Parts: sequence; C-alpha cells; structure tokens
Amino acid sequence: MEKLLSIIFIYILVDNFVLQRFFGICPFVGVSRKMETAVGMSMAVVFVMALATLATWLVYTYVLDPLGLHYLQIVAFILIIAALVQLVETVLRKISPTLYQGLGIFLPLITTNCAVLAVALLAVQEEFTLVEAVVFGIAAAIGFSLALLIMAGIRERLEFAKIPRPLQGTAITLITAGILSLAFMGFKGMLSL
Amino acid sequence: MNNIYLRDIFRGIVTDNPTFRLVLGMCPVLAITTFMINGLGMGVATAAVLICSNVVISSLRRFIPEQVRIPCFIVIIASFVTIIEMLLKAFQPNLYEALGVFIPLIVVNCIILGRAEAFASKQPVLRSLFDGIGIGLGFTIALLIISTLREVIGSGTILAETAAVTQLFGPNFEPMRLFALPPGAFILLGLLLGGMNFIFKRLNVK
Repeated sequence: MEKLLSIIFIYILVDNFVLQRFFGICPFVGVSRKMETAVGMSMAVVFVMALATLATWLVYTYVLDPLGLHYLQIVAFILIIAALVQLVETVLRKISPTLYQGLGIFLPLITTNCAVLAVALLAVQEEFTLVEAVVFGIAAAIGFSLALLIMAGIRERLEFAKIPRPLQGTAITLITAGILSLAFMGFKGMLSL
Repeated sequence: MNNIYLRDIFRGIVTDNPTFRLVLGMCPVLAITTFMINGLGMGVATAAVLICSNVVISSLRRFIPEQVRIPCFIVIIASFVTIIEMLLKAFQPNLYEALGVFIPLIVVNCIILGRAEAFASKQPVLRSLFDGIGIGLGFTIALLIISTLREVIGSGTILAETAAVTQLFGPNFEPMRLFALPPGAFILLGLLLGGMNFIFKRLNVK
C-alpha cells in the first residue's frame, strides 16, 4: 500500500511524465490549444494507458520472459498498443456512441504518443508487480493529463496576450512549459521509490 | 539528375528541418540533450533507423496493402530500432545507459512514421534514401546545437563524457544548472524556435 501511494504521488507530481521526463510532448503541444480537446485527450490517455500497461505486462511476464524472447519486446509492445487502440475504438463505437464522439478522434493519435510505450517499457524495467504496473500507468496518465489541462488553461488566455511575432505558436508554448516545469521542480526530492 | 537528390538533402536540413521547422519528435530533443555526446548518439541512431526504414518501406511500397500500411510501417521501424538497440548495447554501453528508454522510443518518433507515410510510401527508393539522409542530418544537427548549448551553459564543459576537453571556463565558473535540468530544455528550445522563425522570416523562406 505504501509503495502504491508513493507510485501515485511520484508520477503525478514529482516525476511528472510531461514536465520532468519529457514523454508525450507532441500531444502536449498539439492538443493543448483548447480546454475541450484537452479534456477529451486526457480521458482517452488515462483509459488507454491503464489498459496498455495491463496488456503489455501480462504479455511480457507470461509470454516473452518465460520463452526468452526479450529481443521482441519493442516490436511486441508497439503492436499490442496499436491493436489495443484499434480495439478500444471499435468497442467504444459499438457500446457507447456518445463516449466515442468525445474520445474518437483522439484515439488513433495515441498510438504514436510515446508516453504509452514509455509506461509499458518502464513498468517492465522497474520490475513492478501487476497491480503496481497498472497503478503506475494510471498515475502517469493522470500526471500527463494534469500538465495538459494546466497548459490548455494557460494557452486559452495566451490567445489574448501580445506575443512577439517570432515566438507565437509552439515557441511560446515551450517557454510556458519551461516555467511550469520549474514550478513542478518544487516537488523534486520529496519522495523516491 | 543529381540536383533532385541534393535538393532532398538540403530540404531535410534547412527548409524542412524536423526540429526547427516541422517541430516533430520533440521528446528526445528535450530529454537527452544534457550532454553533447548524448545528442550526437541519439541523432545518429535516429538517422540510421530513418534511412533504413525509408529504403525498406519505399522498396516494399507496391506490396503493402493500403488499409494495413501503418502497422506494416511500425513493424519495419520497430525491427530496425531493435537492431540499433542491440548494437548500442554491445558497442557503446555508456551511451546505451545514458539514452535509456529513449532508444526503444525511437519507434514512436513522429519524424520516422511521418516520413514513411508522407514520402517513402510514394517515392522511389533512391529519393527516399536521400530524403532519409537529409532529414536524419537535419535532426542530428538540431540535437547537436541544442545539446552543445545545454552542456556549455548548464555544465560548463564540452564533450564531458569523452577523454577530450572538460572544464571550459576554469575553476571560478559557476554553471547555470537550470539549463541542464528539464525547465532549461523547454525554455532554450522555445527561444531557439523563436530565433529560427525570426531568421527564416527575414530570409523569406516559405
């Protein structure tokens, strides 16, 4: 329990996936323009990341590891994630069209979100148990969502700010992310596994 | 005849530079550029994967069915990434340690899949090869610029991991640690992008 709580705390605040570890910068910059899309993307990421960690952990522990197929790890993981995203998309469309409307367009984008593959790889590398791995996946996804939502809130206001022309767009977003990251560094050293 | 290939390379390095112009594949650009040697290693590894995958995808472009092309591309890319990971682990263990999880993450680098989708799956093999070389060089140069700046400002050294020169400014220099830490990466890259926008605007490149 203690370890689970520290995993949650560490990966949401201390080792935030976007602001401290630099995973998933592309969607962070790409979909943070509007609050609405940021919320949709966040929910999709939490959903997929929890499932992806579960699936890759099971495959690694019960298939790749016993058979000594460690060299297939990268190929296997990325295929599992791609297939999973496709599956979730199909199932959602059938079961809950409203949720699909909300998440639909973000799902295909998640395949190339490096945070998902990173979670799967790190869960194996850190030798987490199944429960720890899933909790780690969810915590990392919440950390990602937190950064994305804060950024979306700031960018909606930046729309009305007078920004020097060369800095408009991605440049000012990155500088803002730097300042956010500086703020998150306040948590550094509070906890470690 | 030669011109078209040279233009492909030039386009990859300058007008379509993946980092400064297209702003793709930002994760490694921000994460591993604390030391120049890491930036160089990451750039070369990514370029190698990009060149190989571009050539293979381009030569298979008539055989890959339209509907399942993305999974096919990903498998090809992932295979080359696995090869690169094994080579690094065997011959450059220090670099392998330093780059860590970002080596397998080359698979999801948008630059590589982007080039496969936008260029290699439509163009002949030779042009795809030169496109890979151009974009790979552009990415490596961008990583080198950022990692050199971060190492010089943030640690006060250059090529610290190798036997070559270390301390640049003598014992009284206090490095600006912020630039070796995550916030510095964001801020530096943001300023560099702004600078590049300014320069390109002045030169009137599209």
